[in-house]
Amino acid sequence: MNMLEVDGLGHTYKGKDGSHTAIDGLDFTVGAGELVCVVGPSGCGKSTLLRTIAGLIRPSRGTVSLHGTKVDGVPRDLAVVFQDYSRSLFPWLSVTRNVEFPLRSLSRTEREARAVEALAAVGLAAAGKKYPWQLSGGMQQRVAIARALAYRPSLLLMDEPFASVDAQTRFELEDLLLRIRREQDTTVLLVTHDIDESVYLGDRVLVLSKSPATVVAHLDVPLGPVRDQIGTRASEDFVELRAKVAGLLQGGPVSVR
Amino acid sequence: MNRFTRTAQRWVVFVAAVALWELVTQLAEASGAAMSFFFPPPSEIALTAKDLWFSSAFGKHIVPGVGRMLGGWALAGVIGVAFGILLGRSRHAMAYLGAVFNFLRSIPPPLLVPFFVAAVGTTNMQFPTIVFGAIWPVLLNTVDGARGVDATKVETARVFRLSRTQWTLGVVLPSALPKVFAGLRLSLSIALILMVISELVGSANGIGNQLVRAQRDYEPTAMWAWIVLLGVLGYLFNTVLLALERRALAWQPRHSLETQALATGG
Repeated sequence: MNMLEVDGLGHTYKGKDGSHTAIDGLDFTVGAGELVCVVGPSGCGKSTLLRTIAGLIRPSRGTVSLHGTKVDGVPRDLAVVFQDYSRSLFPWLSVTRNVEFPLRSLSRTEREARAVEALAAVGLAAAGKKYPWQLSGGMQQRVAIARALAYRPSLLLMDEPFASVDAQTRFELEDLLLRIRREQDTTVLLVTHDIDESVYLGDRVLVLSKSPATVVAHLDVPLGPVRDQIGTRASEDFVELRAKVAGLLQGGPVSVR
Repeated sequence: MNRFTRTAQRWVVFVAAVALWELVTQLAEASGAAMSFFFPPPSEIALTAKDLWFSSAFGKHIVPGVGRMLGGWALAGVIGVAFGILLGRSRHAMAYLGAVFNFLRSIPPPLLVPFFVAAVGTTNMQFPTIVFGAIWPVLLNTVDGARGVDATKVETARVFRLSRTQWTLGVVLPSALPKVFAGLRLSLSIALILMVISELVGSANGIGNQLVRAQRDYEPTAMWAWIVLLGVLGYLFNTVLLALERRALAWQPRHSLETQALATGG
């Protein structure tokens, strides 16, 4: 079953100095339980794509459907993890309160239970009383991930989630994401400019062209559910796929498969 | 540095200055210099102050004056924060109102005294003068703070479908809080100034009223005692407000709070 359907999606920003088409004619689907990576060159409109799916921007053309319902405004069962974790978290709330904050409609005990569970899932069970600034960047992004998980979205959108942390932390967070989606069967659409990351994380990789972004290729990633930073990245399938994605990104729109 | 040395460091110059003043004025008095009448030694001022502050004047003059000041400041604060948040988050309000507010703020607040004397009479004009003068720093700082909510927080709030109340009280207000406090501190000193000025011009009671009375009665020591009281009150209120601010903004990393206090003049 398709969780997300994107149909002929296009968006044009209209400004004083002319209009700018960020994305155009995008068609793709994301199935329930899938982790799909969208990779594209910097400034190609990946963020615009993510924001139209999230209902933050109303697209100029085409439709986005979640569970077969057309997205018009931010859907209830969707969460976003932003790149800029330090701004996305609320610095005046403790870690636990940050995670609980979007859950106001639930009872207090339910909120607390969800926060405890989500923080444990991201390995921050002991940090609940701290404030975000007392944590490292990687840990702050874990809090943002925990907040999204506690919200129990049917679709989790991630906008360059690991682009602002150092390489070591990035590997840890990538493995954290893989583990969480194995355990919780979350549906994830992750946007990145990092070719290796898209192949390492994705069940499928969508390659976008330069702006205005269109889908250049859908690639299946046959690496299985369990991956590890050293072995997987050295495997033949991985190396071949990353070369393919790199070629597509450099060569522009060429048809593959 | 431990607590003791920090306290010592803070007060050593102050104490030395008072001691020097005492010495100079005592010597001047002993030599019979004419000006020494207007510059009594601090010890004399302190004795007079003790008699004046803790006499019936406390209930008759200090309490009403301070009451008006704190009341006016609090009302200005509530109105300023409420409207500041509302206007700061409105897309167009400040485009229309910005110039008006900046004009009103630019009027030196003491100039409002004659107007309010004429409008509501000498006995009633202190409170509105304080409110009207103290409101602008809070209002404009809150507007600034409310506007400054970054785009990522706006999007985060939308994604998690926060209610209007949650958004206003849970995101905008705390985001604006550092600026709100900066505004409140400025307003507090304005409120103190306006309290005295409005009482100097005409009032049945209050510290300013007593200051003028001491002047008319040719009692420089009493005048000094009232002046010192104003200094003490200003220092006291600012210290209390700073402590409140530290508690309210405890979530901020320490260093940023201190640079902010410096930038806004403490």
